[in-house]
Amino acid sequence: MINSIWNKTIPAGGKWSGTIGKGKLVKFTALGKGANLSTIMYHANQLTERYNMPDTLKAQHTSHLTKGHVLMSDNGRVLTSIVEDSLGWHDSISGYTSRKETDEKYGITTYQELRNNWLRSGEENFAVELVRNGLGVRDIVPVLNLFSKVFCDENGDMHYVEDHCQEGATVTLRTEMDTLFIFSNTPNPLDPRNEYPSVPIQIEVFNAEPVKDDDVCVNFRPENRRAFENTWEYHTLLSDSKSVVLK
Amino acid sequence: MAVLNYTESSRKVEEAIYDRVIPSGEGWMHELEPGQVLRIVDLEGNQAADTLFYHAEDPEDHYSAVATMLGQKNIYLSTGTVLRSESNKELLKIVADTCGRHDTLGGACSAQSNTVRYAHDTLPMHNCRDTFMLQLSKYDERYTKRDLAPNINFFMNVPVTSDGGLTFADGVSAPGRYVEVQSIVKTVALISNCPQLNNPCNAYNPTPVRVLIWDK
Repeated sequence: MINSIWNKTIPAGGKWSGTIGKGKLVKFTALGKGANLSTIMYHANQLTERYNMPDTLKAQHTSHLTKGHVLMSDNGRVLTSIVEDSLGWHDSISGYTSRKETDEKYGITTYQELRNNWLRSGEENFAVELVRNGLGVRDIVPVLNLFSKVFCDENGDMHYVEDHCQEGATVTLRTEMDTLFIFSNTPNPLDPRNEYPSVPIQIEVFNAEPVKDDDVCVNFRPENRRAFENTWEYHTLLSDSKSVVLK
Repeated sequence: MAVLNYTESSRKVEEAIYDRVIPSGEGWMHELEPGQVLRIVDLEGNQAADTLFYHAEDPEDHYSAVATMLGQKNIYLSTGTVLRSESNKELLKIVADTCGRHDTLGGACSAQSNTVRYAHDTLPMHNCRDTFMLQLSKYDERYTKRDLAPNINFFMNVPVTSDGGLTFADGVSAPGRYVEVQSIVKTVALISNCPQLNNPCNAYNPTPVRVLIWDK
C-alpha cells in the first residue's frame, strides 16, 4: 500500500479549499453512510476557467458521473478524471444547500447557542472559500456532489436515493490540470432526512502514475480523448517541451 | 415522453411595445422592467434560443439552472416554472408556452466544447458562448465571462433517463411555437440564437427567432 502524501478529514459541515497540482490522485472516503461532499473546481492558474456541468454531461451523454467519466472545464479541457469509484453514481444536478434551507430543514441554530456546532450551509461555505481565493459568489457554478445519487423519472422529477452511500464508499479523482478545489461537507439539498448528516469525509492525495495509452478515462468516449488532447495542448504550450519547435 | 405543458397566451402582437427578429447566429441583450413579458417565437421550428437572465440591479446574481430545477424538483422548464437566480431570488416566471418543454441542463455551445463533442477542426465555427461574450462586452463592462452560468435552451429537448443517460432528442417545437416569461424584478435578458451546424437537432439549419415585449 502506497502512503498518501497528504490527508485531511473534513468534518460534517466543514469546508476546505486549496490547489492540488496535476498528476495526483485525490481519494475520498465516506466515514459513514449518507455522505455528500459538494465540490467546485477551478483551473488554479486561470480562475475564470472552471468546472462546467453542462459541457461535462452532454459531451459524455450522461446525467450521472462515475469511473471513466471526466470533469471538464468550460474551455473543453479535463480538470479531473474519475479513475476509481465504489458507488457508480455521483450527482451534478442538485446543487448545494442554502442558509435558508438549512434553517428550515434542520431548525434554526446559532453560534451563540451552539458554538462550533452551529450548522453550516453550502452557500456560506462556498462564499467564504471563494472570497478567500479572490473570487466571489458570482463564480458559483453547478457543483459536483460526491457520494449522492439523484435520478430523474420520465416526467423529469428529481429523486434522491437515500441508501446510496454506505460507510466506507470511495471515489478517486485524478488531477489532469492544476486544480483549485473548494469542498463543502454539507447536505444534498434533496436529502429528505431532517437530521443534519454527521458524516466526516477523508481526503487522501497520492502521486498518480503517468496516463497510459489504455487509460479508462481517455478511452471512455472519443469526446474524452479530444478533451484530453485539448488539455495536453495547453501543457505543451505552457512548458519548455521539446515538441514545440519555433523556427 | 413526459407530458408536455401547453399554455397559450392571450397577448396580441399589435399591442407589443417591442418586436424584432434575431437572425440565426446573432445575439440580443435587453433589459426587462418588473411585470414586462418577453415572448420568444421559434419562427421556423426546432431552433435553440440559448438564454441567460441577470438581476439588473445585481448583475453578479445570474440565472441558476440548478436553483430553478431545485425550486420545482423537476429538470424541465414550462408554464409555471419560476426562473431563479444563484441566490434563489425569483427573477422571472414562464407564463405561456406552446412548445411544452425546454432544457436547462445542456448549456451553450462553445468553440472549445465543439472540439470535444464533434472534432478539433470545428474550433473556428460560430458558437453561442462567443455570441454571449460579444453581447456582454458591448452591453456593460460589469459583465464578464465569470457571469456565464449554464443557461436555458428554449425549444430544445434534452431528455434524461432514470438510469442516468442524457440524450439530444428530436425537438418538440415547431414553426410558430413560443414561450413567454414575465419579469418579477428588473432583469437583463441575454440571448444567443444558436449557430450550431454540427447537431442534427436543428436539422443543421439554424433559423431566426422573434422577440416581442409587452408591458404586462
